[in-house]
Amino acid sequence: MRYIPHTEEDIRQMLETVGVDSVEALFEGVPAAVRLNRLLELSAPAAESELLREFGRLAARNATAASHLSFLGGGAYNHFIPAVVDQLISRSEFYTAYTPYQPEISQGTLQAIFEYQTLICQLTGMDAANASMYDGASSCAEGVLMAVRATRRRKVLLSRALHPEYRATVATYCRYLELELIEVSFDAAGRTEPGELERLLDKNTAAVVTGYPNFFGVIEDLAAISAAAHDCGAYLVAAVQEPIALGLLKSPGELGADIVAGEGQSFGIPLSYGGPYLGFFAARKKDLRSMPGRLVGETVDSEGRRGFVLTLATREQHIRREKATSNICSNEGLCALMATIYLSLLGKQGLREVAQQNLAKAEYAKEKIAALPGFSLPFAGPTFNEFVVEAQEGADPVLGRLEARGILGGIALDRWYGGMPGRFLVCVTEQNSREEIDGLVAALAGGAQ
Amino acid sequence: MKSLGTTGLILNEKLIFEHSDPGRKGYSLPALDVPEAALPAELAREEVSGFPELSEVDVVRHFTRLSTWNYGVDSGLYPLGSCTMKYNPKVNEVAARLPGLAGVHPYAPEHLAQGALSLMYHLQEALAEISGFACVTLQPAAGAHGELTGMLVIRACLEARGDSRRKVIIPDTAHGTNPASAVLCGYEVVPVASDGILSAAAVAAVMDEEVAALMITNPNTLGLFESEITEICDVVHAKGGLVYCDGANLNALLGIARPGDMGIDVMHFNLHKTFATPHGGGGPGAGPVGVTDELAPFLPVPLVVKEVDAFRLDYDRPHSVGRVKAFYGNFGILVRAWAYIRSMGPQGLRHATAMAVLNANYIRARLEGTWHLPHRRRSMHEVVFSDRDLGGDCHTLDVAKRLIDYGYHPPTIYFPLVVKGAIMIEPTETECVEVLDEFCDAMLAIAREAQENPDLLHQAPLKTRTRRFDETAAARNPRLKWEG
Repeated sequence: MRYIPHTEEDIRQMLETVGVDSVEALFEGVPAAVRLNRLLELSAPAAESELLREFGRLAARNATAASHLSFLGGGAYNHFIPAVVDQLISRSEFYTAYTPYQPEISQGTLQAIFEYQTLICQLTGMDAANASMYDGASSCAEGVLMAVRATRRRKVLLSRALHPEYRATVATYCRYLELELIEVSFDAAGRTEPGELERLLDKNTAAVVTGYPNFFGVIEDLAAISAAAHDCGAYLVAAVQEPIALGLLKSPGELGADIVAGEGQSFGIPLSYGGPYLGFFAARKKDLRSMPGRLVGETVDSEGRRGFVLTLATREQHIRREKATSNICSNEGLCALMATIYLSLLGKQGLREVAQQNLAKAEYAKEKIAALPGFSLPFAGPTFNEFVVEAQEGADPVLGRLEARGILGGIALDRWYGGMPGRFLVCVTEQNSREEIDGLVAALAGGAQ
Repeated sequence: MKSLGTTGLILNEKLIFEHSDPGRKGYSLPALDVPEAALPAELAREEVSGFPELSEVDVVRHFTRLSTWNYGVDSGLYPLGSCTMKYNPKVNEVAARLPGLAGVHPYAPEHLAQGALSLMYHLQEALAEISGFACVTLQPAAGAHGELTGMLVIRACLEARGDSRRKVIIPDTAHGTNPASAVLCGYEVVPVASDGILSAAAVAAVMDEEVAALMITNPNTLGLFESEITEICDVVHAKGGLVYCDGANLNALLGIARPGDMGIDVMHFNLHKTFATPHGGGGPGAGPVGVTDELAPFLPVPLVVKEVDAFRLDYDRPHSVGRVKAFYGNFGILVRAWAYIRSMGPQGLRHATAMAVLNANYIRARLEGTWHLPHRRRSMHEVVFSDRDLGGDCHTLDVAKRLIDYGYHPPTIYFPLVVKGAIMIEPTETECVEVLDEFCDAMLAIAREAQENPDLLHQAPLKTRTRRFDETAAARNPRLKWEG
């Protein structure tokens, strides 16, 4: 086996040093009753060339944006990834390192995380960001738990327009914590219903959680939600599932969010069938000590040189055990590095320009689709790069028809929102050319007559 | 002695923000081919204040220089105990980047994602076979996430039995994630002392009808096999509780013994330890969870199931605890782990475990005359020493920093908590005897230095680009972002 260097002679000499006469004897601590006295039933090993052929065959059985025209979003987005990102994260000093527990030989990772934390703060308008969480959904759940800790209240209001899988994840995390989770419906604009929110908010409410943009692609009136929440002393947790939008949208921090939890996949991370992605998490300075996750801080070495270390670890599980602010240990370090490289390449102008292209292309598609007979846009609220379409003939038949023409036209909403058989979510990014959008529109029109 | 560590030209590098020059550009975009659009003015922000502006060259140099300040498994021995820093095969990286795997959208129709689902199904099956469990979920993103999932499943199962309980027993050798995960499930932690290994009698003394589960690590964090494991499981089961196993140390057991055969009910795997996926400087990992038949209905949705000639995602699981993240798991990591299992085969996995255990015992044999070994049972994949017999007022932290000068990443230090000044060494199977010998020579040299020239330890590291950091100042006055 090419990953295991031991020769027969090495093994013989090492056993002699250890003072046992066989490899078997090393396992004397494992009682006979629990020993496995057979080989594992797994396929025989594949040589490297065979392995690549096998994986090539698996890869060929999946649709991608290369094999199909794709308009899929819903929390995972097809954005262009500059070649630099993968080239740099392939430096094995980055990807074969562990968590930076020994700062003197981990400064590369530590400085990059410090830069990542800074970028996330700038983007979200918040004071402090952690080194990452697993994904947008789990980050959102940690945001809820933090709001509960900070307010010492037990009621949480979740917008029904928040990503359904984020809501489900929050529900799982809170399952046994004796919290009251209440869903708030959405209005004709596709925004969290303000009247219902007002009615449900009270002095027991720990947090209001909304998407920004929300699952329907609609941009919530975050300032109004934040004001309503703060009137009752509740926290606003803003969940950003498409952070490219923050290149154009006012930051959640500016609009009053207390916690911003989001999904960073759009920042240079491959779609990869749903993971690994990047949960980002940012909060206010006053709540620093109740934040979950790792934090990197600036300090100096014994000769006064600037450097970076893991800090405020007394919040964390390896020190505080059952009193920790979260159980998280491994996070998504390399994905945070991808986002840092991506955002460094795009910079101030590039993020804005990518965001503008997304907006312009989505608006173009919206206008064309809205003009088709048999199709309408059910939500009136402003959107960024995705939007809900209603098809008279029903979402499933339309999407099936598109698929037959090699188009992944959107995500049917009925699986999450009963009673919406006609609605599907369409996403348009900078990766979709006008020609592709016109192709989608023509295909939609083709069967709607 | 000849040291691997040396000094060389290492470049200084500013923060990315300090390189920024207005007007520089590191990206390209196609010309906009549709009419421009604008957001309603009240929603729009100005440019993101503080974002850098750099050319592609600036960015590449910046991160390349940062990378040279790091130490990875590809640099050399990385003997972090309980972290299993084995070599990360390169073909696995290539496999995960195949466009047909890296480019699949999670909401692609299932019949157009059959390659991805097939891979996940076969990985579920392989992990079940390796661990002896009936059913495996791939959804959790890391070990601690797997612990949370496993403990939620335990609670859901007990509640379905109509048996609400409130306590979880955790030995003093456990990882800190164990108590933190139990608390997230609404449980109260009952610590139990072990003496190297946990005795069934010690568990019986605290086990009662209020205890939902025992969380155990096997081999434990002292690198010792919990030899009373079946008796311990019997004690817990007899009082209606369940047994959770932290699978962090599974690298000691591949093809040797299966936790599912020992009476354990739930275990998480760390694919980024046992199955050779890279740690990425702190993640992403993957933390699949295996369970017995009784617990399978409670696993997160969806699971990948096989029908006659197709694979699909099964959401119709009414007893499920729900989901612990969006989508289906850290698929890119699952691809790498499956590539590893396919490359190793059953003999290869068993050989990996055998050589991992041989390597740990070899280090132990070479050091135990000099270094204090608090527990004398046979070691499995890792060995724990302490700084007790070290002279010159030198401590574990000094040893760790001095090892850096010799060219090694230090072992895990001050863990497990039950050993004062612990030095926990896990070499893994991918290190050859020459590397182990050089490392042991360095450890022996450091023990001598502690007697003869302790300042070398107190001052260490001496050869790194930066010296020891003021961590107290970092925590007292936290500076967590660049302020310009």
